[in-house]
Amino acid sequence: MFQGLTKRLPPEVKPTRRQFLVAMGGAGAGLVIGSRLDAIKVADAATGPAMINPFVIIAPDNSVTVLSKHLDKGQGAATGLTTLVAEELDADWDQMKVEFAPSNPQLYNNLHWGPYQGTGGSSAIANSFMQYREAGATAKAMLVAAAAQAWGVPAAEISVAKGVLSHASGKRASFGDLADAASKIAVPEKPSLKDPKDFTLIGKHVPRLDIPDKTVGAPIYALDTKRENMLVATIARPPRFGATVKSFDDKEARAVNGVVDVIQIPAGIAVLATSTWPAIKGRDALSVDWNFSTSENRGSDELWTEYRALAETPGQVFRDEGDADGSISRSSDYIERVFEFPFLAHAPMEPHDVTIEFDGKTAEIWTGSQLQSVDHYVASQILGIEMPNIQIHTLWAGGSFGRRAIYDSHIVGEAAQIAKISGRKEPIKVQWTREDDVRGGYYRPMYLHKVRVGFNEGGEIAGWHHRIVGQSIITGTPFEQALVHDGIDHTSVEGVLDSPYEIPNFRGELHTVKSGIPGLWWRSVGHTHTAYVMETMMDELAAAAGRDPVEFRLAYMKDKPRHAGVLKLAAEKAGWGTPVAEGRFRGVALHKSFNSYVAQVAEISLDPDSDHGFKAERIICAVDCGIPVNPDNIAAQMEGGIGYGLGHAIRNEITLTEGEVDQSNFHDYEPMRITDMPVVETHIVPSAEAPTGVGEPGTPPAAPAVANALAAATGNRRTILPFAKEGAGDA
Amino acid sequence: MSFNLKINGETRRVDADGDTPLLWALRDELGLTGTKFGCGVASCGACTVYLDGLPTRSCVTPIDSIDGEEITTIDGLSGKASAAIRQAWTEMQVPQCGYCQSGQIMAASALLAETPKPTDEDIDGAMEGNVCRCATYHRIRAAIHRAAEIQEG
Repeated sequence: MFQGLTKRLPPEVKPTRRQFLVAMGGAGAGLVIGSRLDAIKVADAATGPAMINPFVIIAPDNSVTVLSKHLDKGQGAATGLTTLVAEELDADWDQMKVEFAPSNPQLYNNLHWGPYQGTGGSSAIANSFMQYREAGATAKAMLVAAAAQAWGVPAAEISVAKGVLSHASGKRASFGDLADAASKIAVPEKPSLKDPKDFTLIGKHVPRLDIPDKTVGAPIYALDTKRENMLVATIARPPRFGATVKSFDDKEARAVNGVVDVIQIPAGIAVLATSTWPAIKGRDALSVDWNFSTSENRGSDELWTEYRALAETPGQVFRDEGDADGSISRSSDYIERVFEFPFLAHAPMEPHDVTIEFDGKTAEIWTGSQLQSVDHYVASQILGIEMPNIQIHTLWAGGSFGRRAIYDSHIVGEAAQIAKISGRKEPIKVQWTREDDVRGGYYRPMYLHKVRVGFNEGGEIAGWHHRIVGQSIITGTPFEQALVHDGIDHTSVEGVLDSPYEIPNFRGELHTVKSGIPGLWWRSVGHTHTAYVMETMMDELAAAAGRDPVEFRLAYMKDKPRHAGVLKLAAEKAGWGTPVAEGRFRGVALHKSFNSYVAQVAEISLDPDSDHGFKAERIICAVDCGIPVNPDNIAAQMEGGIGYGLGHAIRNEITLTEGEVDQSNFHDYEPMRITDMPVVETHIVPSAEAPTGVGEPGTPPAAPAVANALAAATGNRRTILPFAKEGAGDA
Repeated sequence: MSFNLKINGETRRVDADGDTPLLWALRDELGLTGTKFGCGVASCGACTVYLDGLPTRSCVTPIDSIDGEEITTIDGLSGKASAAIRQAWTEMQVPQCGYCQSGQIMAASALLAETPKPTDEDIDGAMEGNVCRCATYHRIRAAIHRAAEIQEG
């Protein structure tokens, strides 16, 4: 699964796949040496915290600390995992705490991904649901057994509620009282889990654990890492992707007060200073001559020309049912649309930052690590030390949206390059600026869809021909084996390949384009463009058929109860079919992603003075994500997912001219602001199914729901994103 | 060079070049890390502090431009309005990643201190400069209205 990793590593680091697998497999318990876990194991158990299992630590002060194997970058995973433990443990929520687990794929791997640790694909709760419940249930069974021993009563007579064990004889104890004894009890094999009807936390209102810190500016992020004698480094990276340093002059940079060193690394030129501002000033003072013979020198206009030409030629077939071309040619009418989606930067609020401390033999790394196993491996290869000699400290991250889950760990990799090449023993924090981030690549790639749908009199769909042109984000990465099959990157076609609509004749083709501009998953990945195309096309087809858009969709879904369930719920809650307030217009969209089903009804008003023609006033969202672990957090993720999808659809694009990114910061990659945000109402479908993701699935339907509302208002169907490219249009 | 800055009620000495943005002086020189770095060009509001009570972007405020003004940061923010804002932020579960929230709370607290019953238009005006990439805007608006109720008592 990791063989592709080597292709993107710096030239001096070329591990074989075998080496990587050995490194991962050999990681084991040795990885936690020197970490919190190890400290706990050797602590005086009578007075220190007791580690009950890899996920649960109980301290004499009666606090219960859950170790979150997943990064929390705002999506609420840390609170969610803690809820699962607390539920089965029958703890009091007020005694619960959470910390991020160390990097150790044997203990903390993502169960959906196999042998490595990481967060993504809206999988945190989905893969951990049973694991963290069992961890809580195990801990509870051990506490009960310890109480039974201490009190000389049968375990079955002991009850546990809100963090207190008690017996009819009047004996009572807190978890903290029994933690030491419980840690010495043999771990039960199969602890019994609660019947969901007895849940007191899952599905209820549980406040997030991180909010108190986040209202006082607490130092919880990688940005806030402070080590004694720490240096701060910035990096001058090439202005075009794939360019290299020809020569550089650092005289003026070294003259900046506070700059202590300037070194060349594979990623560019690093400026090391005593604090952040001189590191930024020093970099500005550098003069670097770049070699563009190996770089991507095309601009986005040239890429679009190539994409548009390819869209006219047959691609690789990813879906073929019936006779699409024949049925379209025999149909009474057809609609053809070409959609264009730009490169998009993730631009999480916290610019990338990572601190590394390397003494030549061991290293520690502090960052918002999202793929700990890849970060860990890449650091070990570059530093030339074994993985057990490196500790990764995962910190709360200021957003990610996919950007911190990096197949080549280039952010940690650059820090390791600086530590290794500079030979410095001081801790070094590598600080990215917003410009580094916006111009730094790893974008949602450009995509073009050309769709032709034939329909018969009465509007019945006869055939659907769907051609997609875009860059693979997976080919050449560690994830290739899992996600690329017969040359088709699943993430390029997801949402079209598995559309719920039963279309009699369907042909899907893909052109996979190569460019030197690195792409990456971006909140909801392929669904960012496929949902827009499928849902605006279905809407236009409904209009052509003279049918209601909700009824039309339902007619094409015969055996899709969960799709139909959210669509009907959103429609009902939005008052679909009843008159909308004067000056407002409705649109609907439905999409499944990451095993969750989301439908949204958007209400807009026209705004000819805006840069894109309308104001999104209100979005009614229905979601089916299985058992809702934390309903308020699900609502928050729907709100955030809608804002993220809508904000970018309104006005964001990354363009390039002669290989250089044209945008640089929030003034020209203008984020959604409070004035753009609609009111969002979320309705959750009650469910007994296993929980599925919520971080991403709110994003895909937002833009098409709004676009369909705009079409209802003006008849104008937007096919070029962002909307602002067309201005206010017909508004 | 050396500068004396009045921060959160104390006079603090900073040894740094005069063009150093207040943001980095606070964070790197004084260990006041509640104020966050988001853009460096006054486009996102993550670095919002008060100068004599007025919300100001510390990332574009060189320390040699500060002429005796009282500086307030999230680390030293206090008073009725900010207490109401923090309570409402917790009640409404506003933060997600939380990184922008120091700036959001500074901006919202200043609004509430000035305008005890803000309208949606007042909120737009006061908060439009503060970016939240998690798009917690919907809850920010609701929480400011809630904080107005809390403050009123």
